[in-house]
Amino acid sequence: MILIISTCKEKLHELEFVKPIEQVLKTKKISFFTKHYSKLKKGDFANASKIIICGTSLQDNQFIKDINCFRWIPEINKPILGICAGMQIISLVYELERQVKELDIKNNLNHALKTQTEIGYYFEFFNRDFLSLEGEHEVYHLHNNYISIPKDFVSFTKSRIPQAIKHKQKEIYGVLFHPEVRNKKLIEELIHM
Amino acid sequence: MKLALLFSGGKDSLYAGYLAKKYGHQISCLISILSENKESYMFHTPSIEKTKIQAQAMQIPIIIQKTKGKKELELKDLEEAIRLAVKKYKIEGVITGAIQSVYQSSRIQKICNKLKIECFNPLWQKDEIEHLNDLIKNKFNVIITGVFAYPLDKNWLGRKIDKKFIKNISELNKKYKINTAGERREYETFVLNSPLFKKGLKVKSFKDTKEGENSWRREIELK
Repeated sequence: MILIISTCKEKLHELEFVKPIEQVLKTKKISFFTKHYSKLKKGDFANASKIIICGTSLQDNQFIKDINCFRWIPEINKPILGICAGMQIISLVYELERQVKELDIKNNLNHALKTQTEIGYYFEFFNRDFLSLEGEHEVYHLHNNYISIPKDFVSFTKSRIPQAIKHKQKEIYGVLFHPEVRNKKLIEELIHM
Repeated sequence: MKLALLFSGGKDSLYAGYLAKKYGHQISCLISILSENKESYMFHTPSIEKTKIQAQAMQIPIIIQKTKGKKELELKDLEEAIRLAVKKYKIEGVITGAIQSVYQSSRIQKICNKLKIECFNPLWQKDEIEHLNDLIKNKFNVIITGVFAYPLDKNWLGRKIDKKFIKNISELNKKYKINTAGERREYETFVLNSPLFKKGLKVKSFKDTKEGENSWRREIELK
C-alpha cells in the first residue's frame, strides 16, 4: 500500500498535483491511500510500504510554514519519494535535524530556501542511474525555489541546482521536476522497488 | 477564491470552470482571446465570438481580448487581459483547461507567476476517456464545431459528445492515433449547456466551410 501525501493548500490543486500520481498507480493496479500532510496519523505510516510526497503550485509555500508537520521523515524507515515541494520538504527536514534551537530553525529555513524559477520542459543529465533515469532526459519543471543538497544526501544530476537527490544510506529520494508529466517510469520504479 | 476562467467556449475550459466552482471557488470573470490567426499556438478560435453568448447564459462577465495571434506576442495580450481581470474583478488566480499541452500551460504559468496569482489546471494529465465520460455524467451538452485531422470529416461536425462519440473516437485513436480529447487539435468543440449555465443554448442555423484537405469548420448561429 502506497501512501500519497498532498502538500496542496488548495484542494483544487490536488487535481493537478496529486491525481496524476494516483493515476500512475491506478494504471499499474497498485493500491494506495491519499492524505493531506496536516491529517496524517501514526497508523498511516504503519500501513504504508512506500511514501510519495507530491508537489504543489508555484504560489503555495504553506508547506514551508508547516515544516514541523514533516519531522517524521528521518524516523520512517521506508522508501520515500519527494516531488518538487516534496523534495524541498525532505531537504529542509534534514537541514532542521541539525538545528536545536527554534531561532536557529527560523534562520536556517530562510538561509536554505533559494530562488530559481524553472517552468516547462528542460533537459537534465543524470550521471548515474536514478530510479530508471540515466543520461539526458527531458523533464517538466514547475518551481520557484530549491534547497541546497542536505549533508546526508548525494546529487544524481550534472546541473547548476540539485534536480535529483538520494539519501546516502536510506531509500529516500527527491526530484525537483514533476515525473508524473514526462517521466512516469521513475514513479513506477519506486513502487516496484 | 475569486478566479478568472480562461475561456475558449469549448469543453475543456468549461469543465475546468465547473470543477473550480464545485471546489468552492468563485468564477468572477471569463477571459477569451480572440485571435486573428486561425493557426494560433495558444488560442483556439472556432466560435470564440459566441463566448459572449455563453457568458450571458452563465451570467458571468467576460473580458474579450483581441490579438493578432503572432507567436509569443499573443502572450502579451493574454497578460494584459489577466491584469485587467486582477484590477477590475480582484481575481486571485486563473483557471485553465489544459490537459497535456505544456506549451500552453507553461506560458500561462509564467504569466500568473509574474503577477503572483494562482494558476489552476484541474484537468492536468487527466485520462482523456475519463474526461469525456465526466462531461456526459455531469450533463455537459457539447458539439463538434471543427475537425482538422484525417479521417475526421464533415460528418463529424455538429455531433454531440455522447457514448457513441466516445466509442467512435476511441476506434480512431486505436487505428489513426487521433487523440480522443482532441488535445492535438484534431477537433474542436462548443458547449451549448452545462451546470454553469442558467439557460441552455440552441443552434438556430449553421454553415460548414472546408478550410483544407482534412479541415472543416462549422459556424453556428445561436438562439
